[in-house]
Amino acid sequence: MAVSAEKRATREGYGAALKELATKNPNVVALSADLAESTGVLKLAAVAPERFFQMGIAEANMVDVAAGMATCGKIPFASTFAIFGTGRAWESFRNSVCYPALNVKLACTHSGLSVGEDGASHQALEDIAVMRAIPNVTVVVPADYAAAHAATIAVAEQRGPVYLRLGRPKIPAVYEDGKAPMTLGKGNVLREGNDVAILACGPLVSMAVDAAKLLEKDGRQATVIDMHTIKPLDEKLLLDVARRCRCVVTAEEHNIVGGLGGAVSEALSQHLPTPLERVGTRDTFGESGTHADLWKKYGLTPDAIAAAARKAMERK
Amino acid sequence: MTKLDTQLKETLQSKAREIRVDIVKMLTKAQSGHPGGSLGMTDVFVSLYFGGLVKHDAKRPDWAERDRVVLSNGHICPVLYACLGHAGYFPKEWFDGLRMVNSHLQGHPAMHKTPGVEACTGSLGHGFAMAVGMALAMRADKRDSHVFALLGDGECQEGLIWEAAMSAAHYKLDNLTAIVDRNDAQIDGRTSDVMSLEPFADKWKGFGWHVIEIDGHDYDAIFAAVNEAKVTRGKPGVIIARTVMGKGVSYMEAEGYKWHGKAPSAEQGEKALKELLAST
Ligand SMILES: Cc1ncc(C[n+]2csc(CCOP(=O)(O)OP(=O)(O)O)c2C)c(N)n1
Repeated sequence: MAVSAEKRATREGYGAALKELATKNPNVVALSADLAESTGVLKLAAVAPERFFQMGIAEANMVDVAAGMATCGKIPFASTFAIFGTGRAWESFRNSVCYPALNVKLACTHSGLSVGEDGASHQALEDIAVMRAIPNVTVVVPADYAAAHAATIAVAEQRGPVYLRLGRPKIPAVYEDGKAPMTLGKGNVLREGNDVAILACGPLVSMAVDAAKLLEKDGRQATVIDMHTIKPLDEKLLLDVARRCRCVVTAEEHNIVGGLGGAVSEALSQHLPTPLERVGTRDTFGESGTHADLWKKYGLTPDAIAAAARKAMERK
Repeated sequence: MTKLDTQLKETLQSKAREIRVDIVKMLTKAQSGHPGGSLGMTDVFVSLYFGGLVKHDAKRPDWAERDRVVLSNGHICPVLYACLGHAGYFPKEWFDGLRMVNSHLQGHPAMHKTPGVEACTGSLGHGFAMAVGMALAMRADKRDSHVFALLGDGECQEGLIWEAAMSAAHYKLDNLTAIVDRNDAQIDGRTSDVMSLEPFADKWKGFGWHVIEIDGHDYDAIFAAVNEAKVTRGKPGVIIARTVMGKGVSYMEAEGYKWHGKAPSAEQGEKALKELLAST
């Protein structure tokens, strides 16, 4: 079976997996804050209505309620848009969930610029940064539908706090359905090359693959890694490819401050200083527009990744 | 209740029709956005901006003595944009760019991008708390300006709303009036099914507010309520305005919350415009 040509959203993969979990694991429960349909948790509600809890527009309360449920053995998946789940409810997640390492999964959709028309107020571009700064948390950013499905199953099996970052738009598939490798904390090598290493997460993974094809036309070979787990970062893999390629590019739908680019710079500057170019929003807020228009305007495209790779290679 | 002058009422009704038409056009063009609440709150907005209830001057959006209108339920900004455009804050051509890249009219209100917009809202709860801050600041400066905060009923599920309500009553902010769009609708369903707010009026009373309940499509009632809230001394006032989601467009009125955040298709837009233009 080949990789599906159909575009699907990571939030759809989450909803489908949650529905499966509902029948497999009686402890899985889902909560939402008046966004049950668009986050995908309605899929669970359809098969296990007694395990879905509508909390209304009250995100901080939702995350604390989830923490309370986790102390009683439940595995709560709490879902809203990334801006509200990691913004308004950040401190609930930090103190109530992460401090005692409770088994709560904060699964947020509509992250990044690709929220689109709703505009800057709704576009979380700082969430990876603020979430990964919390001790005890695992931060996962799946690359496509299949990866989001696999990540949902994986985080349910791993005990402890998780931030799962999902998106709104339908994006190209990177993996075959049911075949996305998802060992938390282990990046997936999608392509090998010795000239530059591109580490991407979320919707930028398929763009990084396309960027590698563009570079190939220049006679350059890129390693492309799906760095789906931002925390704990796969430092071993990062240092291996940095040593081999001697320059690195990160690509994410997030501010270049504090996200995957931030995590990679921290690791490289400590262990193996290496030229690094970061693709992401350049410390600016977003705006309204279609996700395609916004990705183009803010430089989240295969071309922009390839340009960053050329710059990184020049700096070797 | 004193009745409004017939001529004024007719002027408001015809302005409301124009505003509703522009809301439908904007959202049909944008192909995303929130028609239900925008159409539902049109009569209140028209009263505020075109009935003389709000002191404002489109030529001086930064006039220090102006009243402040803060749209805490920022998603219904099409009604605010339509009123600001009609009042002359910016050219009506801007309506065409709603929600598109490089636009003055963002999907949710941005005070630094659109003249006449008083706060950045869209994330529910914040606008109301900012309105409390404006009322405190204006009282400190002894200004004769009033602050109007517009809220959604679903929005009132946020804890932040009640923190702001508590502080406004504590500071006896009689220069602040909240108007709640009580349409019993939010994204996932009827507000009473999603997360019940009742007894709603009693909650506000318990928080120390002067409460007035009205039909949000009755101009006499809207004017009487705003005037009553403004003259009430020693406490902030809240007007709970019962409205119909999608007011003026039959198929939206019939489906209620389903029109919270869905744009009409080209065909549905045509139908809506026909109905609105045929109405008197
Ligand atoms: C803090 C926050 N949480 C969630 C949302 C997503 N959201 C936008 S509008 C809305 C429903 C608002 O309901 P209501 O205030 O009743 O407005 P109406 O549906 O009547 O227009 C929600 C949940 C948001 N904008 N802000």
